[in-house]
Amino acid sequence: MKIGFYPGCSLSGTAREYNESVVAIANAFQIELITISDWNCCGATAAHNINKILSLSLPARILALAEKDGLTEIVVPCAACYNRLASAKYHLEENEELKNEVTQTIELDYTGNVQIINVIQFIEKYILNKLEKKLEKTFLQKVACYYGCLLVRPNKVLSFDREEDPLLMDNVMKKLGADSIDWAFKTECCGAGFSVSQTETVARLSGKIIEDAVLRGAEAIIVACPMCHSNLDMRRKEINNYMNTKTDIPVIYITQAIGLAIGLSEKDLGIHRHFVPVNLKMETLTENKHIIENLVKTEE
Amino acid sequence: MARIGVFICHCGENISSTVDVVNVADEIAKIPGVVHSVDYKYMCSDPGQTLIIEAIKEHKLTGVIVGACSPRMHEGTFRKALEVAGLNPYMCEMANLREHCSWVHEKSQKTTNKAYDLVKMLVEKVKHNESLHSIKVPVTKTALVIGGGVAGIQASLDIANAGHNVFLIEREPSIGGHMSQLSETFPTLDCSQCILTPRMVEIAQHPNITLYTYSEVEKVEGFIGNFKVTIRKKAKSLDEKACTGCGLCITKCPNKKIPNEFEQGLGNRTAIYVPFPQAVPNKPVIDKINCTYYTKGKCKICEKVCPTKAIRFDQEDELVELQIGAIVLATGFDIKKTDFFPEYGYGKYKDIIDGLQFERLASASGPTAGAIRRPSDGKEPKTIVFLACAGSRDSAKGIPYCSKICCMYTAKHAMLYQHKVHDGKAYIFYMDIRAAGKNYDEFTRRAIEEDGANYIRGRVSRIYERNGKLIVVGADTLMGAVPVEIEADMVVLATAAISSKGSEDLAQKLHVSYDQYHFFAEAHPKLKPVETNTAGIMLAGACQSPKDIPESVSAASGAASKVIGLFSNSELSRDPLIAYVNKSAPPIFSTCVGCFICESVCPYNAIGHEEIKDRDGVIIKTIAYINPSLCQGCGTCVAICRTKSIDIHGYSNKQVYTEVISLLNDI
Repeated sequence: MKIGFYPGCSLSGTAREYNESVVAIANAFQIELITISDWNCCGATAAHNINKILSLSLPARILALAEKDGLTEIVVPCAACYNRLASAKYHLEENEELKNEVTQTIELDYTGNVQIINVIQFIEKYILNKLEKKLEKTFLQKVACYYGCLLVRPNKVLSFDREEDPLLMDNVMKKLGADSIDWAFKTECCGAGFSVSQTETVARLSGKIIEDAVLRGAEAIIVACPMCHSNLDMRRKEINNYMNTKTDIPVIYITQAIGLAIGLSEKDLGIHRHFVPVNLKMETLTENKHIIENLVKTEE
Repeated sequence: MARIGVFICHCGENISSTVDVVNVADEIAKIPGVVHSVDYKYMCSDPGQTLIIEAIKEHKLTGVIVGACSPRMHEGTFRKALEVAGLNPYMCEMANLREHCSWVHEKSQKTTNKAYDLVKMLVEKVKHNESLHSIKVPVTKTALVIGGGVAGIQASLDIANAGHNVFLIEREPSIGGHMSQLSETFPTLDCSQCILTPRMVEIAQHPNITLYTYSEVEKVEGFIGNFKVTIRKKAKSLDEKACTGCGLCITKCPNKKIPNEFEQGLGNRTAIYVPFPQAVPNKPVIDKINCTYYTKGKCKICEKVCPTKAIRFDQEDELVELQIGAIVLATGFDIKKTDFFPEYGYGKYKDIIDGLQFERLASASGPTAGAIRRPSDGKEPKTIVFLACAGSRDSAKGIPYCSKICCMYTAKHAMLYQHKVHDGKAYIFYMDIRAAGKNYDEFTRRAIEEDGANYIRGRVSRIYERNGKLIVVGADTLMGAVPVEIEADMVVLATAAISSKGSEDLAQKLHVSYDQYHFFAEAHPKLKPVETNTAGIMLAGACQSPKDIPESVSAASGAASKVIGLFSNSELSRDPLIAYVNKSAPPIFSTCVGCFICESVCPYNAIGHEEIKDRDGVIIKTIAYINPSLCQGCGTCVAICRTKSIDIHGYSNKQVYTEVISLLNDI
């Protein structure tokens, strides 16, 4: 099976381990990721604050290149890239004039027929139903699935999961054996790009997210966004200073969680790259256990 | 030979600013048959009408065209003028030079040409007009009021007190509606039940009112003055005549854990029940869905204990057919439930309640006997947060309109809370305080100034539970949008008022138009607020849009006065612009071949069969017959008729073709 792949800038920089884990699980499930040739930056937060045409042209170029490569569906693991690409597609679909202007700017044909999916949709669509067979280890922990802002908002554009109380990642974690908790900060803002300019704001906002997860007994936070991850993980020192705490709750990507559960090595999944060490005890499902389970099933 | 008069109106400047009216009048005068053509500033005015009347007499006119506004506006006016002048009123035609021409086009020669064409078509048409006479239909002086809330009660009493019979139907086991659930009412804080229950009793005792509770409209046929309405009386499993309302069955019913609808789920009831102690009628019904006998086939305890043997397990729904002259719709409203709001927990927090639930908590007859206690553990909330506009004025997620009653009842709730919990703190998040009404603003000021309610202008983004407290996260936009977090014990959402369940179905049964939110549409937003576009059907209360009690009562009295006005006529006149099947001499009798396709397409069930018999009574031919009192002149049958045997008075095929051909001659 083949699917288009847009890594985006983060996945080749601060979120290398996200990239590694996406590629690793795709390989494990025999899915070939075809990277869009000559891809560019999606424009991130900067472009749409400065210039509307630029903010639409950058994603449109990516989508046009995907079309040129003959791709009909692309997976975009970074939540911000996913949001920008989906927004651009939405706005160009709505406004023919805008579409013409953007097409002239990028000097490429753009029809808008490429499907854009985020990593959770990718897992849902191509991995979830094959997961059980490959499961080697299960999580024993309580986990807090953290979606952040960009995966679910605005619902009008993305129409992905429940806007204020998404559940898809929780469903995946439950399949991996984890006890995914009901908590209040699933879609609260982590502080995003203020990480650089107003680190204290990020320490406060991300601190509250971690505080609530810990308070409700979570032993790991599961994310699907490089920005959220870097704020919750890389900024942990600032968070702990600001909140006057010593939390060491690890933050892992949903793709890493799947990778661990199907027995991929920590190194392949980039677990060693995190700032907050990840030491999650997992239960190994022995072959015997499989046999016993099958026997029980057949007896029933 | 036709002698036609044409009268072109300037409509002040409405028409004359874009159409050269003098030119139109001059050019029209040249058409054969037109013997008189003039223009005038206001044709509808008294001098304008006199102008027409005088001209008819002077020039012995046989037909009149008025080129003015929409016929919906003034056709009646000019038809009357013709009648005064001694001409048949249906010899008048109106060319719509305003809505169809001057208002929608720029000033130009083309616009004037179009105005000329519009008049010319009618000049040709009127040559074929025939004298018509209005149809008289009798009026059944009995009203049907649908919905037994305060609006339905008021309308019923007003109509009944004028001496007419009223059938009041209510789908719940008791009348009273939402008002009977309220604790106290703004802006006077008088007890809702105390002012409503006497009215409910009056309904039950009024000699002119027949009350059908636990009943719904099944079918509506007919037209103004002559509706035929079928009512489904749902089986109460009770012989109401035998029942004395002693209540023994209720105390003995073993099934006591059914969430009580009247208490908004905050209390329980039995399977055989009376919704509330002051119910009218105060006789129980059996809730078949929850009754042990109906679900499991065993029990019948109520039957055993009933001293008058009034329980009837084998009772079935009964259909009653009523002859009705006018209908008042008073079906009220519902509110959105707290599970509508994902950011406030999708209804999973027990201590986040809606406004109606708070009414029950604050009511002396409620589940806590008026003490403010939170549902989860029965403790008295020391910090309470009220959210106005929960779902209202929110086009992204909720509804765009204002629910109107929430600002006032939220102020009242805060006030009642402060009166009952002296050491409590009440916070109100709001967008604007909309307190337009007699003594309304004074009331909200009182909540703030005397009772110390803390008003915070801003929206709440999220509510979540932590350590037994509800954390309300919002912003204070009057303090520079600073984030606000309140640790509350209980939260009350002033959820949006929405149309009553089943409104769309009912509207379709009655052929009443409704808006996208399923509120019934009034005939005119300003000048006909209590009438619908369907003649003979009026609107009362919140079924038209969210309304408070005084407004609902005013609307109900307005609707009642329209009904009483209608009933003051012994018969009604209808326009004779209806369809008819042609008749001719034997041996053909009619070109109708009796295929009756017209019968199947008629939306008003106006088409039946007519048997043509010879002298011995032997049927020669069966043809279609159009009932003149049912036909609305829509023309569907004319279009479908394969043998062109049906025509419409006033809009015959000949008249319409003549109009079209008159345009073709120019090309």
